[in-house]
Amino acid sequence: MGLVLLVVIWLITFISAYFFLAKTWWLPVGASAAAAGIDHHFSTTYILMGIVFVAAQLALGFFAWKYRDRGATARQALYSHGHNGLEITWTVLTLVLFVGLNFMSSSIWASERFRPAVSDAVEVEVTGMQFAWYFRYPGPDGKFGATKPELEDPSSGGEGAIGLDTSDPASKDDVVTGTMYVPVNREIDVILRAEDVIHSFFVPAMRFKQDAVPGLAIHMHFTPIATGDYEIACSQLCGLGHYKMHGILRVVSQEEFDKWIAAREAEKQ
Amino acid sequence: MATREFAAHDAHVHAAPTSWIRKYVFSLDHKVIGIQYFFLALTAVFVGMFLSLLMRIHLIWPAAALPLLGEIKPETYLTLLTMHGTIMVFFVLTTAPQGGFGNYFLPIQIGAPDMAFPVLNMLSFWVTALAFVVMLSAFFVVGGAPLHGWTGYPPLSALPAAGPGEALGADLWVISIALFCLGALMSALNFITTTLDMRAKGMTLMRMPLTCWAWFITAILGLLAFGVLLSAGILLLLDRNAGTSFFVPLVTINGQLTGHRGGSPLLWQHLFWFFGHPEVYIAILPAMGLCSQLLSVFSRKPIFGYKAMVYAMLSIGFLGFMVWGHHMFMSGMSPYTAFAFSVMTMAIGVPSAIKTFNWLGTIWKGRIRFTSPMLFALGFVSLFISGGISGPFLAQPVLDIQLHDTYFVVGHFHLIMGVASIFGIFAATYYWFPKMFGRMMNEGMARWHFFITLIGTYAIFMPMHYLGMAAHLRRYSQLTELKYLHGLVPLQEFMTYAAFVTIAGQFLFLFNLFWSMKFGEKATDNPWEATTLEWTTATPPPHDNFGGHIPVVYNGPYEYSVPGAPRDFIMQTDPAILKAH
Repeated sequence: MGLVLLVVIWLITFISAYFFLAKTWWLPVGASAAAAGIDHHFSTTYILMGIVFVAAQLALGFFAWKYRDRGATARQALYSHGHNGLEITWTVLTLVLFVGLNFMSSSIWASERFRPAVSDAVEVEVTGMQFAWYFRYPGPDGKFGATKPELEDPSSGGEGAIGLDTSDPASKDDVVTGTMYVPVNREIDVILRAEDVIHSFFVPAMRFKQDAVPGLAIHMHFTPIATGDYEIACSQLCGLGHYKMHGILRVVSQEEFDKWIAAREAEKQ
Repeated sequence: MATREFAAHDAHVHAAPTSWIRKYVFSLDHKVIGIQYFFLALTAVFVGMFLSLLMRIHLIWPAAALPLLGEIKPETYLTLLTMHGTIMVFFVLTTAPQGGFGNYFLPIQIGAPDMAFPVLNMLSFWVTALAFVVMLSAFFVVGGAPLHGWTGYPPLSALPAAGPGEALGADLWVISIALFCLGALMSALNFITTTLDMRAKGMTLMRMPLTCWAWFITAILGLLAFGVLLSAGILLLLDRNAGTSFFVPLVTINGQLTGHRGGSPLLWQHLFWFFGHPEVYIAILPAMGLCSQLLSVFSRKPIFGYKAMVYAMLSIGFLGFMVWGHHMFMSGMSPYTAFAFSVMTMAIGVPSAIKTFNWLGTIWKGRIRFTSPMLFALGFVSLFISGGISGPFLAQPVLDIQLHDTYFVVGHFHLIMGVASIFGIFAATYYWFPKMFGRMMNEGMARWHFFITLIGTYAIFMPMHYLGMAAHLRRYSQLTELKYLHGLVPLQEFMTYAAFVTIAGQFLFLFNLFWSMKFGEKATDNPWEATTLEWTTATPPPHDNFGGHIPVVYNGPYEYSVPGAPRDFIMQTDPAILKAH
C-alpha cells in the first residue's frame, strides 16, 4: 500500500508540475508597462513555490513508502516528541521566504497603486452597468460633464445609458463610446463607475483589474505599450448576463487616436 | 479545580431517555446530536455535489436537455453556484467536522459525560436543521434561488430587481444564513464552556488530543465570526425589506431609481470577509486536528512537536482575523491597507507550514499502518500542501491583479478548504465509525473510495490553476462570448469527465456507510489501538459515556512506541508511566 501511495502521489506531482513547467496554459502576453515586472515576480513566486510543492509532495510519498509497517520483526517506531531546533529552523525559513516575497512584490504594487496618474495622462471614464461597458472622453475642454442617475436609460445606449446631463456646458464635447480607444505608450487614467451593481474591469493583457463600485469613482492607471485589440471582461459577478459583459480595448498610435477622437467630436456637432 | 469540575459533572448527569422522540429526535445526548449533525451534513453534501454536477454539465453542454430539469439557463447556472457554495461552506464544511464529530467526541475525549449545555446543544442542531430547510426552500419559491454567489455582494444581493432569484429566494437565503449563525453561536458557546469546564481529572489543556484543541479554537473563531455575519445578514434583510440603505448607494437598475442612497457596498464586503476568512479556518482546523491525531496513531509515533502544533493553531486562529482584506485587493479599498493585509496573509502561511513540517516529522521513522483513516489523513496532507502553495500567489496584491476572480482562486480554495476538509471528514468517518456504530467499515471499498477521490479531485481542481493563469474568470455560465476562453474549453471538458468519475466514487462511500452499519465486522472497544479516552469506553459508548464513572487521566494523548512499554501504545488513563514522566 505504501508503494501504491508513493506512485500515486508522485505521479500527481509530476503531471501537475509538467503542465506548469511546459507552460501549456500561461498568462496572456502582456501589453502594458507594468506587465513585465508583474510577470517577473509571478515567475519568481512560481519557481520558489514550485520547489516547495515538489519537495513536500515527494517527501510525503517517500516517507509513506519508506516507513510503512514491515511486520512484527521490524524495528519499533522512533519515540520522539519533536525537536525544537527543527521547529525554529523551519519557522524562520518560511517566515523569511513568505515575508521576503511580500516585500519584493510590494514595491511593484506601490509603484502601480500608491501614486495617482501622471498629469498628462489620457482620461477615460469607464461606466459599468448590467451588462455593458461605456467609455467617456472629456473632449477638448478637458472636463467631464455632469451625469445624473435619474437620467440613466440603458436602452438608449451611449450618452443616455450613462445618464449624461446634456444641459451641462461641460458635457457638450464629451464623447461616449462602446469601444475603448487609447493611444499607445501614454498613461491612461481610468475613472471607474458603476450604475447598478458591482462590476469589475479586467483587461488580462494589461494586467489591469479593478472593481467598479456604485457610489464610488475609482481612479486607476495603466500604460499600454503595444497596439492592437484586447478583450475587456467583467470579473465580478453582476447578474445573469455577467458572462456576456465584455468589450474591446483598442490601442492605437497617438495620430490614429487624435484622428479618431476628432472624428467623434465632429459627429457630435 | 478538581472539586469544581466534579461539581460541574454532577449537575449534568441526566438519566437516559426512554421515549423514542427524546432518544432519537429531540435528544439531549451529545452523541445523538453529533450523529444528527453528521446526517444533516451528509444530506447537504450530496445536494451540493449534485448542484456542482449540473454546473459541470452546463459548462460543457449548455444546450443539453436534462431529464426532469430541462435546459439549464445562464441564470440557473448562477443559482447553482450560489447554492452549491452556500450549502457546502455552511452545511457541510462547518457542520460535519464541528457539529458532527466535535459534538460526539469532544466530551468523550476530555472525559465528560456530556456537553456543558445539553439543551442548548439540541437547540443548536434544530436551528441548523431549520436553516437548511429554509435554504432549500429557496429553490421552490417564485423566481427561484438567488444568483448573487455565496458571498452575496450588494447591491446585487440587496435589490430584488437586480436579477432572477433576487426576490423571495434571496430573502430566504439571508434568513437561512442568519439562522445558521444563531445555531453556530450557541454551539460555539457550548464547545468553549465544555472544553474549559468539563475536563476530567488529569486532563490538563496540554494533555488534550489535538482534535480537542482544534474544536476549541474553532469554537472561539465561530463565536467571534458568526456574530458579525449575523449582524451583516440582519442589515442586508433590512436593506431588502425595510427601506434602509446600509449597503446600497444611489443606484438605478435598468434605468429605474431604487430609492436607496448613501450606503456602502464595501461595508458588506468588510463584514462578510471578517466572518468569511476565519470561516476558512473553521472549516479546516478540525481536519488539521484530526489528521494530526491519525498520523500519530497510525505511524505508531508521538505527534512531532505537540506544543508547536497547539501554538500554530492558536496563531492561525489569531491571525485569521487580520487577513480578511486579502479578499478585497481589487475592491476599491485603499491600496495602503492592501499592503498591510498582504503582510499578515503571508505571515499566516508560516503556522500552516509549521503544521505541514510537523506532519511529515510525525510519519518520519514511524511504522505506518495503511488503514482507511490513515490513507485519508495522508491524502489530506498532500491536498493541504497543494492547496496551500497557491496561497502566497493570491496573498500578493500585485499577483492578485491577474488572478483575482479567476479559476485560480476556485482551484485554491477547493483544494485547501473544500477537498482537504472533506478528506478530514472522510478520515473521521472511517476512524470513528466503529465507535459510533459498533461495526467496522469495509476496508476494500474504503481504499477504492480513497484512490478514486484523491486522483479525481486532483484531476478536477489542479487544471483550475492553469485556467486561472490563462485569465479564465469564474462564475461564467457560458464560454462562448469571450474569445480567449475558446481555447480553454477542452480543459473544462476534461474536468467535467473527472467530476463524473469522482462523484460516482462517492456512492461507494455512501454504500459502504450504510452497508457496514448492518453487515460490517463487529468492532472491539479499541480497534485501532489508540490511546485517547473514547477508546477506553464501550462500543458504542453508554448514555453517560463512561458507564457511571469519570476517567482519570495520567498521560498525554500520543504515547506510542514508548521504549520498554509492554505494548506500543499507552492509554491516557493508564497510570503505568506516570512516574516516568
